[in-house]
Amino acid sequence: MAANPNLIGGGRLTRSEVSGDKRRFEGTKLNVGALLLRLWRYMGRNSLLLVLALVLSLSSSLLALYGPKLSGEAINAIELGTGKVDFETVIRCAVLMAVFYLCAAGLTYLLNMVMIRLSRTVSRQMRHDVFENLTALPVGFFDRYQTGDIISTITYDIDTVNQSLSSDMLQILQSTVTVVVSFVMMLTIAPKLVLIFLVTIPITVFFTRWLTKRVRPLFRRRSARLGELNGFVEEMLSGQKTIRAYGREDAVLERFDQKNGAAVDAYTVAEANGTITGPSVNFINNVSLALVCVFGSVLFLRGEIRLGDLSSFVQYSRKFSGPINEIANIIAELQSAFAAAERVFTLIDAKPEPADAENATVLEEVRGDVRMENVDFSYVPGKPIIQGLNFHAEPGSLTAIVGPTGAGKTTIINLLMRFYDVDGGTIYVDGKDIRSLTRDSLRKAFTMVLQDTWLFHGTIFDNIAYGKPGATMDEVVRAAKAAHIHSYISRLPQGYHTVLSDNGSSISKGQKQMLTIARAMLLDAHMLILDEATSNVDTRTEQHIQAAMRELMKGKTCFVIAHRLSTIQSADHILVLDGGQVVEQGTHEELMAQGGFYRRLYAAQFDAVS
Amino acid sequence: MGEIVRLERYIHPYWGYICLTVLIKLLGAAMELMIPYLMEIMLDEKVPMGQLPEIYLYGGLMLLCAAGCLGLNVLANRMSAISSGRITRSVRHDLFHKLQHLSARQLDGLTVSSAESRLTSDTYNVNQLLARVQRLGIRAPILLIGGVAMMLSMDVVLALVLVALLPIIAVVVYFVTKTSVPLYTKQQGVLDRVVRTVQENITGIRVIKALSKTDYEKNRFHQVNGELTRVDMKAGMITAITNPVSSLTLNLGLTLVVVIGAYRVNGGIILSGVIVAFLQYFTMILNAMLGITRIFVMWSKGEASANRVADVLAMEEDLTVQPKTEEPEENAPHIEFRDVSFSYTGIGKNVDNLSFRLGHGQTLGILGATGSGKSTILNLLLRLYDPDSGMVLLDGQDIRTMDTAVLRKKFGVVFQNDFLAEGSIADNIHFFRALSPEEITLAADDAQAEFIAGKEGGMDAGVMVRGNNLSGGQKQRLLIARALAAKPEILVLDDASSALDYQTDARLRRALRQNYRNTTTVLVAQRVSSLRHADLILVLHDSQVLGMGKHEELMETCEEYRMIAQTQMGDGMEGM
Repeated sequence: MAANPNLIGGGRLTRSEVSGDKRRFEGTKLNVGALLLRLWRYMGRNSLLLVLALVLSLSSSLLALYGPKLSGEAINAIELGTGKVDFETVIRCAVLMAVFYLCAAGLTYLLNMVMIRLSRTVSRQMRHDVFENLTALPVGFFDRYQTGDIISTITYDIDTVNQSLSSDMLQILQSTVTVVVSFVMMLTIAPKLVLIFLVTIPITVFFTRWLTKRVRPLFRRRSARLGELNGFVEEMLSGQKTIRAYGREDAVLERFDQKNGAAVDAYTVAEANGTITGPSVNFINNVSLALVCVFGSVLFLRGEIRLGDLSSFVQYSRKFSGPINEIANIIAELQSAFAAAERVFTLIDAKPEPADAENATVLEEVRGDVRMENVDFSYVPGKPIIQGLNFHAEPGSLTAIVGPTGAGKTTIINLLMRFYDVDGGTIYVDGKDIRSLTRDSLRKAFTMVLQDTWLFHGTIFDNIAYGKPGATMDEVVRAAKAAHIHSYISRLPQGYHTVLSDNGSSISKGQKQMLTIARAMLLDAHMLILDEATSNVDTRTEQHIQAAMRELMKGKTCFVIAHRLSTIQSADHILVLDGGQVVEQGTHEELMAQGGFYRRLYAAQFDAVS
Repeated sequence: MGEIVRLERYIHPYWGYICLTVLIKLLGAAMELMIPYLMEIMLDEKVPMGQLPEIYLYGGLMLLCAAGCLGLNVLANRMSAISSGRITRSVRHDLFHKLQHLSARQLDGLTVSSAESRLTSDTYNVNQLLARVQRLGIRAPILLIGGVAMMLSMDVVLALVLVALLPIIAVVVYFVTKTSVPLYTKQQGVLDRVVRTVQENITGIRVIKALSKTDYEKNRFHQVNGELTRVDMKAGMITAITNPVSSLTLNLGLTLVVVIGAYRVNGGIILSGVIVAFLQYFTMILNAMLGITRIFVMWSKGEASANRVADVLAMEEDLTVQPKTEEPEENAPHIEFRDVSFSYTGIGKNVDNLSFRLGHGQTLGILGATGSGKSTILNLLLRLYDPDSGMVLLDGQDIRTMDTAVLRKKFGVVFQNDFLAEGSIADNIHFFRALSPEEITLAADDAQAEFIAGKEGGMDAGVMVRGNNLSGGQKQRLLIARALAAKPEILVLDDASSALDYQTDARLRRALRQNYRNTTTVLVAQRVSSLRHADLILVLHDSQVLGMGKHEELMETCEEYRMIAQTQMGDGMEGM
């Protein structure tokens, strides 16, 4: 439950405090104006496409007005009756119609293409921005949120935003044109009848606004539940082997059903309420149509308007209500886009690692002199992990960090690599405060091998060469040989081109560790961190690797966390940690002579094997 | 069309409900069509005659229809959301169930990221399709058929001109669908890779930052992102053909109607009014047609997804329970491997002709170099894989003939770097089983997990995603507690204490010896000290058994074992 508020972007990511263990990824509630503005900016980044889309949609609207006019003219020519049809006009109109329809189809397709390009580009930019920020986030962020939930935002939420955004926004513009034109036409025909719309239109507006308010949180929930489901699925699939070994499939399935049920219910409720808008606005339109007919008829009977006017007024009012209906529908649909956009923007806005100091310098020509002075650190304020830590590692020296599990050994590594910054005190590398250096150059100065191996979906070659772009096959093979993994690799059917899959069930943990060691062998940083780097490698193989490891460590400032005392004995400096404090430090001989905590640790080891 | 049919059995239970939805939607559409009809009567017949009461009556009827239309449509939309949601829920349920029962080998082939997106993104696409087809798919065909029928009733020849054009549209729709479905399938495939890239970047964030590979990763993402956009665009461009082509075809047909109509009017066969009416109905048909093509676009995407879902559902489970052939012999050993051979890839052997017997309450220790096949033996024992030849027996019974639930219940297992779920410490020991708090506390004590007491909240303290707030040793003790909690018949520990310091490790072994005397234990370890008291020790090298026996025997007979033991003893002795 270590929640360091500094890691969470200014409270932007909220999580429910109840039961303490469930972190939910919920969007920051933004108002519609702010959302629209940000979405608009994405569209605006592609201003050329946007302008093109506007021009095309307006011209196709105009063309749409012209078509009926031509057919009307043709009909006038036909209406002359049997034997008197003006064929010249009919043919002329027909040809024009054909030409016009071809143009209209061409324009529509063009418009579609522009819209598709626009919307897909916006999607790409959004995914890009989310990913860009993900890589800038502090490592602690990912200990807190389920990977699947984040993925859901990159896939489902961005998709939702763009499905409605691009097409709907434009549709609104197009519809607005029609509405305005129709309204003006109606005004010119019978201003009194327009009064009816003065009642029904505000009703429509208020109704839509009311519904929108109701529906927004429902769509928010829909996005959140789907994200949770995704998070659960991802987590459980990654633990599938264990779940099977314990035969807990049914119990997990039951939990899945709960999450699935919640996601489906949230979907159903959002959908059921969201789809009220269409029929409702349609209803209001139909009511106004009925009212127009009745009052129009009354006006006609009183002799205030002519029958022809009444019928064309009715025609226009139907034309008028169509787009209003459409707009209301779209506004409802936009709610799901807004809810999704909130989640997207939350990820984009999540506070990244604080930027490098303004005058940060690049760490160059590293000697590897590391000094910690009065370092204090805690993941959770008030629960110090490290207090008043002092030590000095000379260039090329080997510092072993020992202590019972949970004593804070890995935390020291986190601080050295600046995955976290110290709360108090200072860490110096080559006499420079590491906070005054660029993170990139600081991290590049270290080679790190962790117990938790990380291999990605790619060939063995790619995985070994990962830290050294442009490494040749020779170098990779040499590294693999040094790490004693070459013979295994060469026995594989595809050798170094074998693709490692994410489960990697046919490759053991020890072999994975050897691959990551091979990866480290290719790097030539001046400082080396080994955090239980060979914990899953058997002792015999480890011995074989020793020579290569010593080669790897030669001339480098090394920090080693290990349980095997042989490594520790040869250390220049041993830090003995217990409960976040350095309880003892010195060389093996000094510490043995002290007869303290270290000696007891050592005795336990000796007991164990004697 | 075919692929969604593969999911028919999920839709099947809801056919009645869906038909009802369709019926209600139909009624709603009929009510909607009544409104202009009533209006025509009112304006054309009642108004000229000045019958004010009748005008009010018809106005009232229009309001009634409007209200009916509202109610029916809201109801039908709600019903479509419910049925499509329920169908999706059961598809997902079965899909998750299937994924759980796929063998590790099958899941490897599928990849977790693809499984994940099939389970969420693809089922979501299917859900959308089902809901929208019900909502929008009814009105359009009705209007199309109704419009065509009206036209046929007015003038057969002119109507046939339009009808003759419909197959052209059908052909276009067919080909567009045919080309776009594979594209959408490909798109979902690229989406899998996007998911995987994000996944890898999250799990490997420390390594990536340590190696300053952020820019490289950004570029990698940039590429899949670009590819996703390209495929998506291409699919979009192709499906976008349908709409303009359909309207163009119909519009050209209309032009033809005007010309032919002109001749027929001139010949006195029809009145010019017919052409005017045709124009009205034509708008209706065009709109209906566009509605239908929109559904086909959705269909392409939905079908691609439905196919991906159905593919997984159709996968045969690797490991099925086989019928029992013979009764187990009496006094059979607890665990027996009989001439077992196995290979992951089919090339080379990972376990080669292995045989051993282990009695109740005994301990088997497995020692060997990295990659020598230690974990593979455990995988076979737990039946995560079936041997290529030979058999694994528990109490004399081939485990392939044992009910999976019965088999699994016997074991408490810790794998190397095993899985921890987000939740509380207690949840992780519990691991979805019915265990009492006492059992959990006891197991935690035996596993030497005294660190739990030091956490705020104790057993209820939170475990972060992937157990990232616990140290390696804490994780291992938590996992051991999980394995012990249900008092298993057989305890399987795969290098489960490698991150423990020697003190803790020694205390753990003492607790196991004292409190789990009757538990048969299979132990993979790298320290001779961890397994020297075992009743049987297997020494493996390159999938071959180099030695088998007790510590003392192996010290005598097995060169490899002696060397390992000596280096490790020496390890501890050196400094003294």
